[in-house]
Amino acid sequence: MTMTATDAQILKAQADSLFTRKRLMSFGLPVLVLVYLTYIFFSFDIAGLAQRIKMDNARTLVADSYSYKTHVTRDNRTGDVGVAIEGERNGTYEAGTSPAWVSLGEETVIDLDDGHVVTFGADNFVSYEIPGYGLVTAQPSRSAGVQATFPEGELPEWINASKNRVAITTEAGRLSVTRNRTEVFRYFMGWELFFFTLDSPYHGLGFGEVMARALGGEASDVWMDFWTNKMWRHGDVAWALFETILMAFLGTMGAAIVALPLAFMAAKNFSPFVILRQVTRRFFDFFRGVDALIWTIVLARAFGPGPLTGALAILITDTGSFGKMFSEALENVDEKQIEGIQSTGAKPVQRHRFGVIPQVTPVLLSQILYYLESNTRSATIIGAITGGGIGLMLTQAMITQKDWEEVAYYIVLIVLMVMAMDWFSGWLRRKLIAGDESGR
Amino acid sequence: MADLSGSVTEIRAEYLALTRRKRLMDGIILIIFVALMVSGFMVADSRNAGGFWSGFHRFFDFPKEVLSEASQKVGELPGHFVQFLPSLIETINIAGASTLLGAMLAMVLSLLSTRGLARWPRLIPVFRRIMDIMRAIPEIVIALVLIFVLGGGPVPAMLAIAFHTAGALGKLFSEVNENASLKPVEGLQSVGASWAQRMWLGVIPQVAPNYLSYALMRFEINIRASAILGFVGAGGIGYELKNAMSWGQGQYGQAAAIFLLLFFSIVFFDQISSLLRERLTHGKKDTVSA
Repeated sequence: MTMTATDAQILKAQADSLFTRKRLMSFGLPVLVLVYLTYIFFSFDIAGLAQRIKMDNARTLVADSYSYKTHVTRDNRTGDVGVAIEGERNGTYEAGTSPAWVSLGEETVIDLDDGHVVTFGADNFVSYEIPGYGLVTAQPSRSAGVQATFPEGELPEWINASKNRVAITTEAGRLSVTRNRTEVFRYFMGWELFFFTLDSPYHGLGFGEVMARALGGEASDVWMDFWTNKMWRHGDVAWALFETILMAFLGTMGAAIVALPLAFMAAKNFSPFVILRQVTRRFFDFFRGVDALIWTIVLARAFGPGPLTGALAILITDTGSFGKMFSEALENVDEKQIEGIQSTGAKPVQRHRFGVIPQVTPVLLSQILYYLESNTRSATIIGAITGGGIGLMLTQAMITQKDWEEVAYYIVLIVLMVMAMDWFSGWLRRKLIAGDESGR
Repeated sequence: MADLSGSVTEIRAEYLALTRRKRLMDGIILIIFVALMVSGFMVADSRNAGGFWSGFHRFFDFPKEVLSEASQKVGELPGHFVQFLPSLIETINIAGASTLLGAMLAMVLSLLSTRGLARWPRLIPVFRRIMDIMRAIPEIVIALVLIFVLGGGPVPAMLAIAFHTAGALGKLFSEVNENASLKPVEGLQSVGASWAQRMWLGVIPQVAPNYLSYALMRFEINIRASAILGFVGAGGIGYELKNAMSWGQGQYGQAAAIFLLLFFSIVFFDQISSLLRERLTHGKKDTVSA
C-alpha cells in the first residue's frame, strides 16, 4: 500500500488533463453555440428584420382578432348609404335597415358614442363633430376633389388631409372621405355575428330569448341558423376538425397494422434470414427518410387533394417509424416466457400469440397512442399542403389577410383539438396498459 | 379429496367463463375498431378529390415521370445539386438554430417547472401549462402568422419551430430533471450560490448528456419541419421545391434533385444523430462503471 511519487505524479497528470478537458468543454461549448448563433444572425439577416417587419400588419392582426368594425358607406355618385359589418357581403344590413346607432333618412346621422357624431348631409356633404376639437366638414365633388374645413390651428396628426382625400382617425372610429365614397368605421369588441348572421331571425336576441324560442319548438331552426352561419361556417369548421382527426387516426392505425407483421420480419429473433431482415429494415429507412412532405406531394398527384391523401401520407411515413420501433421492441422480448409456453406444447402461432404479443402490447400501444397525438398536429400541417381539414381553412383564412378573427378562432380550435387528443391518448394509454398489467 | 376436486372444477369453470368474457370483450373492441377504420376510410375516400381505387394505379405515375425525366437529364443533376445547396443549408440552419433556441428556452422552462429545483415552486403549474400550450400549437400556425408580420424568409420558420421545440423539449427535460440528484444543489446552496449558479453548476452537468440526446432527436424532427414550412412560404429547400413543382411537366429535373437532396440529408442527419446518441448513452455507462 505504498503510493510512490511517480504514481501520484501520474494520477495528478490524469486529473489535470481531465480538468483541462472539462474546462474546455464548459467554456468551449457555449462559445461554439455563440459562434453559431452569430453566424445565423448574419446569414438570416436578422438586423434587416427591423426594416422588413410590418407593424401595420401586426396591428391589424391583433386588433382584428378581438374586435370588428362596421362600415357605413355612402356612394358619392348615387348617394346610396349602406351598412355592412366588416364590409362583407354576408354582413350587409338589408337596404333601409341599420343598427341603432345609425339613423338613416334625408340626413344620415351616425353616432360614434362619446359625443362623436358624423352626419351625411345633402349633396354628399359630410360633417364630423369631434368633442374637444370642433367641427370638421368636407364636401366631396367630382370636379374639385374633397374640400374640407377644419377648426383653426394646426392639423393634429390623426387627421390626414389632401386635395382628394380626408382621413380622420379617432378613438371612437374612423372617417375617410374621397371623391367617390364616404366611409365611417366604428369598432366593437368581440367576434361579429358569431352565432347568427343578420338574415337570421335570431340575430340580436339575447341568449335567454334564443333558448326560450328553442325550447318553444324552434330548436332545429335555431340550430340550422347557427350551423350554417355564412360568416363563420360552423358546420364546415366542425367537418374540417373531424377530417383532421380522421387523417391522424387512419394514418396512425393503418401504419400500425402494416408495420406489425413487417416488424416481425425485421426483428433478429424472429426472422431467420439476414437478407430479408436487411431488406425490410432498408424499406423502413426509406419510408422514414422520404419525408411526409414528399409523400404528400407524390400522393396528391395520384389521389388529388383531400383527407385520404393526408391519411396515406401519414400512414406511409409512420410505417417506417413504427416498423423500426416495433422491431426493436420485439428484439427485447423475454425468451423465457416463450419457452414456458413452448413447454406446454404450444404451436408457433400460439407461442407468438401468448408468449410475444402480451409482452410487447403495452410498448406498442403506448407508442401508437403517442403518435396519434403527434399526428393530429402533423395532419393540420399536411392538411395545409394537400388541402384538407382545418389546416386548409386556416391557410385560406390567412391568404385573405383580413379575416384575422377567423384565424384566431381556428388557432384556438386547433390548440384545443391537439390538447384534447393529448388528453384522450393519455387516458386511453392509462386505461389499456393498466388493464394489460392487471389481467393478461 | 372430493371437495377439492369439486372446487377445482369450479375454479376451472370460473376461469373459463372469465376467459370467455375477456374474449368477448376483445372481440367487441376489435369489431368496433375495424368498423371505425373501414367507415373512416370510406368517409375520407368520399371527401377526397380523387378516389382511392381510381388513384391507386396512378400512384407510381408521378414518381415514374420524375425519375424518367431525371434519368434523361442525369448530367444536369450535379448542377442542380450545387444550385440548391444554399437553400438546403438554409433549411438545416433553420432546424439547427431553432433547436438551439428551443433547447435553451426549454432548459429554463423545465428547471422552473421541476419540483425541488424550481425558483418559484408555486408557479410550477403555470410553467407546465405554458409548455403544454407551446407544445400544442403546430409550427405552421405560428409560421403563417409570423410570415404575415415579418415577411417571408427563414426567421418566421426559425421562431415557429423554436417555439414548438421549447414546449416539446421542456417536457422531456423536466422528466430528466426529476431524476437529478439534489446533493450538488444543496452543497452549492450551503456556500451561498444563487439559483442560476445552483442550476448551471449543480444540475446541468448531471443532465447534460440526456438533454443533448433529446435535443439531437428533436433536430432530426426539426429538419423535416423546416422543409415543410418552406413549402408554405418560409425559406429554404421547401420553397424551392414548391417552385420546381409549379413549373410542371418537363421541369421535373430540379424537383428530382431536390427530392434527392432532401432524402439524403434527412438520412444523413438521422444516422449522425443516432450515432451520437448511442455514444452519449454509452459514455454515461462508462462514467458510472468507472
